[in-house]
Amino acid sequence: MASVGSDPGPGDPEIPLAVKILVAGGFGAGKTTMVGSVSEITPLSTEEVMTEASLGIDDLAGVEQKTTTTVALDFGRITVNDSVVLYLFGTPGQGRFWFMWDELAQGALGSVVLADTRRLDTCFPAVDFFERRDIPFVIAVNRFDGSAAYTEAEVRQALDVRADVPIVMADARRRESGKEVLLTLVEHVMRRRSLALSG
Amino acid sequence: MIPAEDDPGAAPLPEPRAQGGPGHRSGAPGGRLPGRRPAARPGGPGFSLTDAAAGPLVRPYAMTGGRTRPDRAELDMITVVVAARRPPDTVGLEPEHLAILDLCTGPVSVAEVSAHLDIPLTVVKVLVSDLIARGAMLARAPLPTAQLPEKHVLQAVLDGIRRL
Repeated sequence: MASVGSDPGPGDPEIPLAVKILVAGGFGAGKTTMVGSVSEITPLSTEEVMTEASLGIDDLAGVEQKTTTTVALDFGRITVNDSVVLYLFGTPGQGRFWFMWDELAQGALGSVVLADTRRLDTCFPAVDFFERRDIPFVIAVNRFDGSAAYTEAEVRQALDVRADVPIVMADARRRESGKEVLLTLVEHVMRRRSLALSG
Repeated sequence: MIPAEDDPGAAPLPEPRAQGGPGHRSGAPGGRLPGRRPAARPGGPGFSLTDAAAGPLVRPYAMTGGRTRPDRAELDMITVVVAARRPPDTVGLEPEHLAILDLCTGPVSVAEVSAHLDIPLTVVKVLVSDLIARGAMLARAPLPTAQLPEKHVLQAVLDGIRRL
């Protein structure tokens, strides 16, 4: 059983299983907006304090210095039923926060990569990250007003993702659109699971 | 504190475009999207700082007696915890332990405890571990990474999203 702690005593509550889906993408691609549009609660923010080694600028001796970094994580929640609860985590900005992605990705069902066609390259690192770890993902092209209308084929070619990676057009502000993206992802995860099991 | 990097208020405003009427693409130069180069690699994959590499931190850890890692390594940010129904032995508990017990009368994830009590995740994990160790809390870990999610879990998630 995937449980820790003492065995439940009589009258102790049943504890639901938590699963998570990540919402990744470049800066300003609409990650927090999408988490908020589908979450049943106002998105919460938690923080992780990390110590990172860095070289001091005036460091004549070349001694490593340590600095602490606080990274904020925004997340939402969808209660699936009495025994399963789904959490949606927006991934923190790239670059110096990669350490956080590893923990976030652990055990994730999959990820939504939000793409902004005005600066598509900002989602490349996220695509690389999930490809390398073989984590299922879908591309959701967030349609900002005023952004050019590219076709799925054009986006697929530019991103150079596998043919089975779903690409959907989305509006991160709308719940119905966010639902559609999440459904596409979970269906994709189920297909990949069947394939993996059938060898 | 580094702010959440894309709060909803910061959503880009629609930009009036001089050219490119309906049906015209007006994005990247030449109307083509810049492609992803397979060589593009994020800065520092595998760059993972474990707690062992982390030095002693100052303030937040006062409430954990200086410990920076939980006794139970299994605690994840989505481990779900709940206070045991039997009354806890409160001897030696910090106010933060009691606040956690008060918050967790129903099942809550470690991340939610952290957000609601405004205590960093790392610290919450240590405090929750204390409570589990003394039988004051029960926890359920998420699925292990190596394990494929069970079909009935995925189906439940699908149904849950449809009901939104």
